[in-house]
Order: sequence, then structure tokens, then C-alpha cells
Amino acid sequence: MLQKLFKFKGGVKPQTHKAMSVQASIGEAPLCERYYVPLHQSIGGKANPVVSVGQQVRKGQLLGAADGWVSAAVHAPTSGIVVAIEEYVAAHPSGLPTLSVVLAADGRDEWIDRQPVDYSRLAPERVRELLRDAGVVGLGGAVFPSHAKLTAAKNLPVEHLVINGAECEPFMTCDDLLMRERAEDIVRGSAIFRELLGARQVLIGIEDNKPEAVAAMQAAVTRLGEDYDVVAVPTRYPAGGAKQLIRVLTGKEVPASRRSTDLAVQCFNVATAYTAYRALAHGEPVTSRIVTLTGNVEQARNWDVRLGTPMRAAMTLAQPRADTQQYLMGGPMMGFEIPDLAAPVVKATNCLIAGKPAMFPPPPPEMPCIRCGACAEACPHELQPFELYWFARARNFGKTQEYYIFDCIECGCCSYVCPSHIPLVQYFRFAKSEIWAREREKQAADAAKARFEWRNAREEREAAEKAERLAKAAASRPAKPASSPTVASPAPVVAAVETAAPEVVSTAVAKSDANPAAATADPTPTDAESIKRATIVAAMERAKAQRAAVQPKNTSQLTAEQAKEIAAIDARRKAVAADKQATADDGGVADKP
Amino acid sequence: MINNDFSTPPYFLRERTSVTRVMLQVLLALLPGIAAYVWQIGPAIIVQLLIASVTALIGEALMLVVRGKALGLFLSDGSALVTAWLIALAFPPLAPWWIVVVGTLCAIVIAKQLYGGLGQNPFNPAMIAFAVCIVSFPALMSQWPALGLQLSFAEQWQIIAGLAPRVDALSGATPLDALKTALKLGDTPADVPTLLATQDVFGNFAGRGWEWVTAGYLLGGLWLWQRQIISWHAPAGFIGGLSLLAGLLWLWNPLQFANPLFHLFSGGSLLGAFFIVTDPVSGCTTPRGKLIFGFAAGLLAYLIRVFGGYPDGVAFSVLLMNLCVPLIDMYSQPPIFGMKKSK
Repeated sequence: MLQKLFKFKGGVKPQTHKAMSVQASIGEAPLCERYYVPLHQSIGGKANPVVSVGQQVRKGQLLGAADGWVSAAVHAPTSGIVVAIEEYVAAHPSGLPTLSVVLAADGRDEWIDRQPVDYSRLAPERVRELLRDAGVVGLGGAVFPSHAKLTAAKNLPVEHLVINGAECEPFMTCDDLLMRERAEDIVRGSAIFRELLGARQVLIGIEDNKPEAVAAMQAAVTRLGEDYDVVAVPTRYPAGGAKQLIRVLTGKEVPASRRSTDLAVQCFNVATAYTAYRALAHGEPVTSRIVTLTGNVEQARNWDVRLGTPMRAAMTLAQPRADTQQYLMGGPMMGFEIPDLAAPVVKATNCLIAGKPAMFPPPPPEMPCIRCGACAEACPHELQPFELYWFARARNFGKTQEYYIFDCIECGCCSYVCPSHIPLVQYFRFAKSEIWAREREKQAADAAKARFEWRNAREEREAAEKAERLAKAAASRPAKPASSPTVASPAPVVAAVETAAPEVVSTAVAKSDANPAAATADPTPTDAESIKRATIVAAMERAKAQRAAVQPKNTSQLTAEQAKEIAAIDARRKAVAADKQATADDGGVADKP
Repeated sequence: MINNDFSTPPYFLRERTSVTRVMLQVLLALLPGIAAYVWQIGPAIIVQLLIASVTALIGEALMLVVRGKALGLFLSDGSALVTAWLIALAFPPLAPWWIVVVGTLCAIVIAKQLYGGLGQNPFNPAMIAFAVCIVSFPALMSQWPALGLQLSFAEQWQIIAGLAPRVDALSGATPLDALKTALKLGDTPADVPTLLATQDVFGNFAGRGWEWVTAGYLLGGLWLWQRQIISWHAPAGFIGGLSLLAGLLWLWNPLQFANPLFHLFSGGSLLGAFFIVTDPVSGCTTPRGKLIFGFAAGLLAYLIRVFGGYPDGVAFSVLLMNLCVPLIDMYSQPPIFGMKKSK
């Protein structure tokens, strides 16, 4: 290897436990009866269901269409009938349900009409669309829609395309086996990515504890005549983190605040490259993925498992031992315990581990932080986890952001080395989710405020416009008798004002007449104001008149009882009105003739 | 799928480590120094270590009960023992038992538990003990056994227990004190090289006997560094600060100032460098901060021990620097991944 390697700081070296699941080749998981395909299997928008209950679908048929650009489609894992589209337990630590398409397999496993495309002849935008519609997402576990990562930054051509075969999580071997067995398709998929990004160099990084995969990939690259560099990188968790692998292979460090393409580099998982190739060259959307079934099992092995397969059915293939007490999805460093084995295998399910207390002992009691700094030394992002921990604990979320909490990739190295057994990552997730929640609240509040202010401004503007309009009309009226008193044909608008509340307008005019010189077509500010007030009063009067003119409807078929009731109400109203009138007369402030 | 849940433990693997293991390794690292102590100065230190340990554990247990904390969990963390051992090693070996008890209780009850217990104390508890006692009982805290004092273990025990009179032979001085006294109050004008060569209290390059003890601390400290329990920054800073000032003044006037080697191997220099300024709880946390913290503590220790009124300056310098820790930490945050300027 001529490739110069760089180092990332921090990291840990847990036992890998990988040997047990690489003995057998990738198995084809048998069909099961029912599949539960969640519509939300990627970062971004949840796919919208495009099938209906009772519909016959074939393998690879679109079940949910991508919703927006950052979203990816989901497809039927086999042929069968859609029996329900309902909330079903998700492959998530919360175990909360998510909208899923329930598919009853018909056992024929018929593909849709697969249409391979010659992607090299298509416009890049079209290829990205095809990838989105084929449901190609990052299969390393982050499930970010791949097509959204396949655009180079403006004015900056991509220098390095990094293909990630590092697979640093303990127990996990799905990428290892995929590279051993399907290396050529991975290389071909990488070529698609390279073309879309216009990348100058392709670097395939594989941890050096997988010599077979390195050899297989090297052989495939040579066979296909590509100029890619297959690089064995030192085994150290989390070397398979995208940012760590980019650092190791290119020396570039991508902070959370920037996109990797801003640094002329992009990274994809090997399985993602594989599915991209299958999607374009074979017309096969992502309907299954390689899952490592391992841990406390009789037969640890990698299986090609259809998406939507209940985890229980998948796990049966590995024959979990009797003393198994828990199941993990993902590796033991970043994965989570599955609350319910009914949850389906999804695109993020790279590994299922059967566990027993001896393997994953419950955490010892949490002690206070002694500020030893072991976490800071282990942090691959060179953060100060214990400082973040203090701030998160104190709910000082502003400070956590000052100390770059969003650069934390939650790799778990800090928790791994903490002598006080503090679940640091949990504190960071807590802080992040609190910050997000507050941000959302703030945005909602800001939007409401903006709406309110906008409405106020609009109403003010409309009122002003109306007043101006009426004022103009009113102003033109008194001007007329002054200039030509004989003309008795006012403009229609003025007439309307007059008929609505003639006495008010005349009052206003009378007021402005106090200064006869001003009562012309060009009224002084005082006059303008009094006219405005007058017109507003006029408008109110008109509205009142309109209200009074409203006649009750639907009165033709009243029951006797209803008629009686109405009569009683009317009588009461009249009494109240008379009362009011009397009070007004007594006060001597009659504003009405 | 999307990690926004924090209610389930996200990590299932852990390194075989714990606070207890860390503390036990610190205790182990003190053993070479203690062995040299017993060999060169006398077995009385064993008694003092025991008194301090028992007092510390009792004080800690009482406070944990009062504070309603898990007794077994915190008593077994070993942190009280580390404090106790450091106190015993910092105090005069034949100091009366009650001074050690008072000092240890000050450290555990006030400096540690009243501030919130493990991990919460802003000041180094052992240094608080030393500071309190040297201010309160300056005479007793300055009585170091004269060299050549041949006492049996029983006699030493009796002196510590207060059963035997504190004979004059007890009130020797530490090499540092001897040097300072001779230079300041000596009837005849003296210079450092002559004093070091002629006076009985000095050995090959520092205090007779004590140079071995400090060498033991150095050995233990290096082991801790090799075990990655401590980083090199704070000790290097401390040794650097002390040596720099000592070296400059020695070069300027070698007749009035002892050489850096003497200072490094005298008093609490190396105990301080490897076991006191490296205390994670009360010290700085960033690499640069640790260097600054150690360096400033080294400078202050020299100034206090040479120009101040106390026999040694490590305790006060460390306590003064403990005050500066939050500030130093805040301004010495290292750049994070992807945020370095030199790119």
C-alpha cells in the first residue's frame, strides 16, 4: 500500500467477537408468512403509502413513495397481498408503533418487471431519482438517503470518494461477508457513485482484521480494471465512523457544522454501493439486506433477510440459546436493546445479537464523575465529554452547544472507558433532544408571533385604506356645496355614506365648517382626522343598520313551542332595548335621533 | 433507527475499569516511596498511615450516613484511603497522633464531604489537611526527626501516641528548612555548596534519606504514567516550573540558591508532582490546562519554600492553583475534530 494513512485521536479497542459469524457464507433467509414493512425506514420524510389494503403486490413493487428529496421509497419484500396498513411496533428502542404495510406472502415470490437501466447514459438527476425510488439508503446503520449525498459542492469537485468497509462494531460481520462474496457488485456500485460525484480518487477502507475482505475487494478492483485503492486501516473503534474513516484515509476532518462535500470528500458504506448497483443495473429495489445474527446463538451467521421480516423469525435462523435474555439491534457499542422481537428487520438492521447477562452485564452503579479525563482521551471527536456531562446534568444546554455537543457522534467510547460507569451518551442524547425540542418550540412561537404581527399589520392597513377611501369620498362632498351649492347630484359613494348616516357626516362637515376656508377640496390635517372619525362612525352605523335589517330565516315551519319561545325572546329583547333607550335619554347623551 | 431515545442503555460493553481500580493503582504507586520511607526514615510512617486510613474511613462513613449516601459503594471507592495516605506522607513522621486525626478529618469531612463528596471538592483534601495543621500547629508540624536518631519502633510509637516526651532530638528540620535557616539566621556567613557538603542533614544531592523517598515517589509516578492513570502534563509542568525558577536563581547566584536537583528531591516536590497536582478532581482537565496548572504550582511552590515562612510550599501553591482551575479549564479548551486552525 502506498496510501499514506492518518490517525484519528481517541477510540477504543473492545473485543471484536467477529470470528463466530464469519464461518458460514451468507444464507438466504426463507420466506415467512407475514412481513411488516415500516414506511419510515430512512432519515428524512416518511414514505407515503401508494398501495391499498387487499391489493396484490409483487416483490419489489413500490409500497411507499419517497416524500420529498430527503426521503426514500420502500418496496414489497415478496409477492403477496396487502392485508393492512397500520401502526406496528417499530425497530426502535422505544418500541413505539409506526405506520407499516402488512403483507401476507403468497409464497410465489414473484418479482415485478425489473427494468435495468444504462445509468451511464442517463442524466445525473435522473439517476439520483432512480436511486431514491429504489429506496437506496446508507446501510451502515444511519439510513440516510444516498441520492441526497450524491451531489458535489458548488465550485468544488469531489477529490476522494471513500467506500466504507471498515465495520468497526464488535460482533458485526455483514459488510465483511458482503465484501468477500459480492465484491464485484460493490466495486461497480462505487463506480456509479464516483461518476455522479465526479470523484477523482476512490478509496476503499477496510479494517485490517478482515484480510479476506481486503483480498476479495482488491481482486475485484483488479478484475474490473478500476484504479481504486483498497486500504487496510488499523482496527480501532470507531474507525468505521464515516468521519473517522475519512480522516484516516484522506487526513481531512469534517466537523458537524460542514458537509463532507465542502471538503471535497464523500463516504458511502459498501452495502450501499452494492444496493445502488443492484437497483440500477438489475432494476432491483432494496427489498432485503444482509443481517448478522450472532451472540449467544448456536449458529452465528449472516443472512440475506427480507425487510419487514419479524425479528423473532429472523433470530430463529440462528437458534438462540436457552439462556438468552435480551436482543440487541446494531452492535454493542451503538446499538440498542430491542423491546419487542415482533419488530421487523429494517434497512438499519445490520446486526441482531442475542445476549445474556454474562455477555453484557448490567452496568455497575453510576458513581460521580472524578474528572479523570479518560473520556476526553477516548473521544474520537476530541470533545470534553465530562464537561458536556456536567452541563447536560445541570440542564445548561447553551453551554453544551458551546462545547460542541452536536459534534458528538454517540459512538460510546466515553461510556466504554468511564471508571465511574456514567452512561455519558445517554446524557448527550438527552441534551440534544432537549435542545431540539426547545428549538421546535421556539420556532413554533416565532411563527405564531409572526402570524399575529402580520395579521395586525394587515388589519391596520385595511382599516387605513378603508378610512382613506371613505375620507376621500367624504371630503369631496362638503367641497361641492361650497363651490357649486346648486348641484344636487352627489357621487354614488357619497350618497351611500349619506344614506347610511347622514346626520353624522353632516356633523363632521359642520365641525369642519367652523373653519370655512378649510372646508374645501383640500382639507387641513384636523379636518382630515375629523372626517376620518366621522367616516368610521358612519361605517359603524351602517353595520348596525345591516345587523338590524337581518331577518330570521327558516321561520316557516316552526312548532308552536318554538314560536312561543321566539316570541318570548323577542319580547325580552324589546324590553332590554327600551330600557337602554330610557337610560340613554336620562343621561342626555343620545347619540341617536 | 434514529437515535433520539436516551432511556435505554446505549452501551453494552465496558472496559474493566472503576474508580476503585484507579484509586488502588494510585495506592500501589505510593508503595515504593513508602518502602523507602520505612527504610530510610523509620517504620513510624506505617503507624501514621494506619491512623490516617482508619480516621479517613470512619470520617467518610459518618459523613456518608449523615448525607444519606450509599455507604458500601462510596467507602469502597478507595478515594478516602488515597487522601489518608497522602496526608500521612506529608506530615512529620513522628507527629502526635491527634494532629494526623485532626488533619484527616479536616480533609475528609470539610474539604471533601461538605463540598459534595467524591468528585466535587474544589480543593485537594490532603493539602487542606496540611495547610490547616501547619497554620494551627506550626511547631509540631515542623518537628522532623533529627537524622541519626535511633529509636526503636516501640519508642517511635510511644512518641506518636504521646506516651513518651517529645525529646529535643525530635525537633530536627527538613533539609529545606535546614538550608533556609542556615542561610537566613546562620551566625557565620554560609553559602549553599558548603552547607550541602558539610551539614549532616544533606545527602548526595538532596536531603539525606529523603532523596531516596522522593526517588520512590518518582518511580511510582512514572508507573502511574505508564498505566495511563495520569498524563505527563501536570507533573512535567510542575517539575518544569520548579526547575526553571530554581535553575535561574541558581545560575544567577549559586552561593545563595540551591540547584534544581536539590529542590526536586527535597520536601514534597515529587510527591506533589506525581500525586498532588495530578489529582483529577481538584486539578485541571485539559492537556494545556494541566501544563499551566502544574507549571504555576511549581513556580509558587518554589517561591513559598524559598522566600516564604513555611518549610515547604507545595500545599499552598496547589491550593492557590485549585482556585484557578475553572478559569484555566475554560480558556484552555482544545480545538475539536475538524476545528483545528492549522489546516
